[in-house]
Amino acid sequence: MPTLDPVIWFFVFGLVAGAARADLRLPAAIYDFVSTLLLLAIGLKGGVELARDGGGLPLAELGGILLLGFLVPLPVFAVARHLGRLGRADAASFAAHYGSVSVATYAVVIAYLSTRGVAFEGRAPVWVVLLEVPAIVAGILLARGLSGEIAWGRLLRELFLGRSIVLLLGGLAIGWAAGPGGTASIQPLFFDLFKGILALFLLEMGLIAAAQLPTLRRHGPFIVAFGLLAPPALAVLGALLGRALGLSEGGMTVLATLAASASYIAAPAAIRTAVPEANPALPLTAALAVTFPFNIIVGIPLYERLAGALAG
Amino acid sequence: MEHFQRRLLTIVTEAVLERELLAEFDALGVRGYTITDARGKGGRGRRQSDWAQEGNIRVEVVCDGPLAERVAARLRERFYDHYAMILFMQDVSVLRPDKF
Repeated sequence: MPTLDPVIWFFVFGLVAGAARADLRLPAAIYDFVSTLLLLAIGLKGGVELARDGGGLPLAELGGILLLGFLVPLPVFAVARHLGRLGRADAASFAAHYGSVSVATYAVVIAYLSTRGVAFEGRAPVWVVLLEVPAIVAGILLARGLSGEIAWGRLLRELFLGRSIVLLLGGLAIGWAAGPGGTASIQPLFFDLFKGILALFLLEMGLIAAAQLPTLRRHGPFIVAFGLLAPPALAVLGALLGRALGLSEGGMTVLATLAASASYIAAPAAIRTAVPEANPALPLTAALAVTFPFNIIVGIPLYERLAGALAG
Repeated sequence: MEHFQRRLLTIVTEAVLERELLAEFDALGVRGYTITDARGKGGRGRRQSDWAQEGNIRVEVVCDGPLAERVAARLRERFYDHYAMILFMQDVSVLRPDKF
């Protein structure tokens, strides 16, 4: 196993410091700033690559990835309902969280691949955008059926205008408009400092994950089992789709990682208001305290091997 | 100086409910409110305000008695079952009755 990237140690540091209840906390405004920089940097990078390639997003890829977003919730729902013996609302909430994606995990996988010099499709940030919303919609449908109780118009508007989607799309558009030569002036802040920003962000993520530990102790076994077993299983789906779409090995790794990741920002907020009877702590704890650490420490190298094996 | 009696309604709840709450206020005819970030501990555990996702808000509304009761009844009906929410009322004096 390759040595751990320093940014991952920042996460571990935050986790340990948080668990020890150290007096350590990034102010909320700093967390917002750091995550804004991260999202914009990811978008900008993708936009520049899109401009360099010249090509857009193949239609099959668009459809395949949207379909992945809608379909991942189904097995998650079935497992949570039958093996986890959760109620319908809680199982649907798990389905939404695990079908949707984590931008932090994406940031770690692209940092990992870049460090190792593995190429991947520059349009990968578009996949993040495509995968964020469908699973949340599917999760709400699984909980509510097609009954008219949900104000879909407002809900979808809030989902599509959520912070991460808006910042990613804004970054993509600016990067694309500026092109490869045009971003030199903002290069130092957004690209050169990327890993430093990611390190700070992961420190805060560690603290946030540590705050979930009490819930983990209370609802332990299912959350831990699910949080560890779901990611590799879902990664296989992502990698297989990547192969079917003819992605590069790096691209398959990214798509596998996205499929394996679980949302802890967009999904909890949407599910909290649309499916109020679901216990918000269960999937959030699984996503933050189990799946996220698993993915960034163990999962990503594993998914890279999986992609390598599939690429033959 | 003349004082006028009004009710101060204070609601402490999950930050994620802010929009829903404001929509209810509009529907019920509440004319003004003040929202602050809050943290504390209650029946549903300790809630911190440093991460927007898990934060609490404290919402204050000054209005006449009947409206305060209508708002309280509506919030209780809609949110009490599934959300962390407390609500309390007290009498306050205001100087400009037409404003509240």
